[in-house]
Amino acid sequence: MSYDGWILLTASLVGLVCGLIGALLILRRMAMMADAISHSVLLGIVIAYLVTRELSGAHMLLGAAAAGLLTAVLVQWLHARGVQQEASIGIVFTTLFAIGVVLIATQVGNAHLDVQHALMGEITFIPWETTRVPGLGEIPEAVLTLLIVLLVVGGLIAAFYKEWKITSFDPALAAALGIPVAFMHYLFMTMISVTAVAAFDAVGAVMVIAMLITPAAAAYLWTDRLSVMLLLSGLFGVLAAFAGYAAAWVLDTSISGSMAFATGVLFLISFLISPRHGLAARRLRAHAAAGRLKS
Amino acid sequence: MEPVLQVRGLHAAYRRTKVLDHVTFDVMPGTLTAIIGPNGAGKSTLLKTMLDLHPRLGGEVRFFGTAYRNAKLKVGYVPQRGSVDWDFPTDALDVVLMGLYGRIGWFRRPGRRHRELALEALDKMGMADFAKRQISELSGGQQQRVFLARALVQDADLYLLDEPLAGVDAATERAIMEMLKTLRAAGKTVMVVHHDLQTVEDYFDHVLMLNRTVIAHGPTTEIFTQDTIARTYGGWLRRKERVTG
Amino acid sequence: MMGLSHNALWVLASMLMLGTAAGLAGCFAYWKRQSLMSDALAHAALPGVVIGFAILGFKSLPVMLLGAAASALLGAWAVTAIRAHNRVKEDTAMGIILSVFFGLGIMLLTMVNRMPGGGQSGLDGFIFGQAAAMVRQDMRTMTAVAAVVLLVVLISFKEWKLYLFDPAFARGIGLSGRLMEAAYLTLLVVIIVIGIQAVGVILMAALLIIPAVSARYWTNAFGTMLALSALFGGGAGVAGTYVSTLGDGWPTGPFIVIAAAGIFLLSLVFGTRKGLFVKAMQRRAQMRRLKPQAVRRDPLAEGEALP
Repeated sequence: MSYDGWILLTASLVGLVCGLIGALLILRRMAMMADAISHSVLLGIVIAYLVTRELSGAHMLLGAAAAGLLTAVLVQWLHARGVQQEASIGIVFTTLFAIGVVLIATQVGNAHLDVQHALMGEITFIPWETTRVPGLGEIPEAVLTLLIVLLVVGGLIAAFYKEWKITSFDPALAAALGIPVAFMHYLFMTMISVTAVAAFDAVGAVMVIAMLITPAAAAYLWTDRLSVMLLLSGLFGVLAAFAGYAAAWVLDTSISGSMAFATGVLFLISFLISPRHGLAARRLRAHAAAGRLKS
Repeated sequence: MEPVLQVRGLHAAYRRTKVLDHVTFDVMPGTLTAIIGPNGAGKSTLLKTMLDLHPRLGGEVRFFGTAYRNAKLKVGYVPQRGSVDWDFPTDALDVVLMGLYGRIGWFRRPGRRHRELALEALDKMGMADFAKRQISELSGGQQQRVFLARALVQDADLYLLDEPLAGVDAATERAIMEMLKTLRAAGKTVMVVHHDLQTVEDYFDHVLMLNRTVIAHGPTTEIFTQDTIARTYGGWLRRKERVTG
Repeated sequence: MMGLSHNALWVLASMLMLGTAAGLAGCFAYWKRQSLMSDALAHAALPGVVIGFAILGFKSLPVMLLGAAASALLGAWAVTAIRAHNRVKEDTAMGIILSVFFGLGIMLLTMVNRMPGGGQSGLDGFIFGQAAAMVRQDMRTMTAVAAVVLLVVLISFKEWKLYLFDPAFARGIGLSGRLMEAAYLTLLVVIIVIGIQAVGVILMAALLIIPAVSARYWTNAFGTMLALSALFGGGAGVAGTYVSTLGDGWPTGPFIVIAAAGIFLLSLVFGTRKGLFVKAMQRRAQMRRLKPQAVRRDPLAEGEALP
């Protein structure tokens, strides 16, 4: 595959997997938690690097999963102690992220894991770091990681579809029916962490948030069915990835920034023109209703 | 006859205030009981604590002679309507189907039989026509009926409802009470956290009067008196015991 | 202080002012339950900063700050607009604004950095903060603005207290809710905008959240909380900045946050009001009191009748 092809494939995979899990994310009202986890995974990755002195995918994923779980646990712990939910999130992720940055600045120096990279990702490097996969030949490591994560996340969502649905909609009833709500919560946090770090190499820590939240929010405005929302969300993620890459190529600017902005543009369009929940449609319906009253 | 529900010395706190203090009562099968008391008296907390949804500081609860976790399929819980996000992308039939998830089990999808059961339950609540309607488009009363259908489909023996009549229209209120009376006639047991003192005598054969502890419990005609009402609702604001002291 | 240059002292002084003002503003955000809104606003400020530089072609702090403020306010408006017009929830709206605006900011930043003369922008310092790189003029601006904020809060202390805790009553006695809302937002945006130079957009929220929450572990009184929060914020600002000067090219933001987190941890454990230590003592005392009234603890056997 060509250089550009790999980049587009990587970006599409990011959009797809983030979109999928993002749909559940916003329905569970965990957007800010995702914000927190995306920042905290930096610490997980840094520690994984410092311990193993390698930047291999497996270690990073482990470090990220651990950091994500730690974040969820700490936030829960603080909140149980009476700190407001939002404040708990704010304290935990900023502190963990700050520690991560300090570690990079002091211990890691200018190694491959420099701060800007950690933040912004550098998708242009992806095609160069390859690994050998039996049957497929040389493929970029990031692509392999993303494929695996996509399979795992997609599989978990499909397998436990109704459990995700009920724990997102009515956790009290779910608990009363015997479904392990707390377990699913922490499982979900782990899935987010793993997704975040898989996308990390491509779009960086902060932009993952855009990919997780915005396509899902856009999809939310187009449909009233969960299954459709999941698929649409993934599709929008892919669209944003393509659009962002195109824009970055034309404007000669940061690819990850462009992709994040592209998700915003998609959302804006949905916000305005979606026939079901868009602004224009609502105005028209209000007009029609008012018209009927008058006549 | 064995009681379907036995509560002994139940203690619970909310934040730093004790809301349940030495709560003790038995519920006999085939009764329709109202749980009443002032706001903050622990009514919702009582249900949640019994169902292990809220931490218990002490005491014992037995459902059908055993612990709740062994009796889950026999107990139907209808939480408050406000506890749920009604913008969730799903329709009425789907919500009712959720009541069967406990029975469908892991890795399996709801089948045709399940869908039929769900549709029947909706029909019993007069909501069959709304099966495919997005829940955000339903009125408060309609949402409450869907919730009740979801409880019905569980085919439980004991139903616990948290303020099912709050904020619903008159027709819905009638429909719900009709359904609860039908359940009682079928030998089921129903307990309802109720907010309206005016209708207690019309709707319920038993009443549990709660103000952190049980003030009175028994047949409505016997114990629902001026005296017990005054004792339940008076003086609440003056007493607020702190757990930590 | 030993061995610190004149310049370094200036930096520390202005960080003290900033931290103090941020501690105050953070208390307001905390009581309005908008702790994470400040995170969204801080991220949203980035495009404005870059545009402020790009329009002029050279670095002018007042213009960049104005751009930041405009951008942040646009973000705030966007969040409320999204929330008002459809079913997207508030946390999702904040997340969208936060990441999309930041993404735009990075796009613009990259383009500017590639422009000739772009390297002089100092814009990169807005990501993680670079207090040590501030010039005298910038410090003067920062200090002055922080002082104004302090003054405003002190003068209208009673009004703030009323507005935060009993808005209905406040309206009743003629205190305009809209005025206070606008004042609050302005205050927040101003602090964020001057703060992002020192702490960066990503961590600015920390300086607004952490000192305020730390103060909660020592007191219940609003006035005391404000004072403590200001103290903690100022302390963290100074301590963090000082440590960051010990290394070459170290960003100030993360160190300030860690300092604040350290204060938080100390408050969490030793705070006199809700601290863990005090709570443990209380629980011991309570256990001793409750023992004689212990309810029957052993679980009933299957089917065993209750007395």
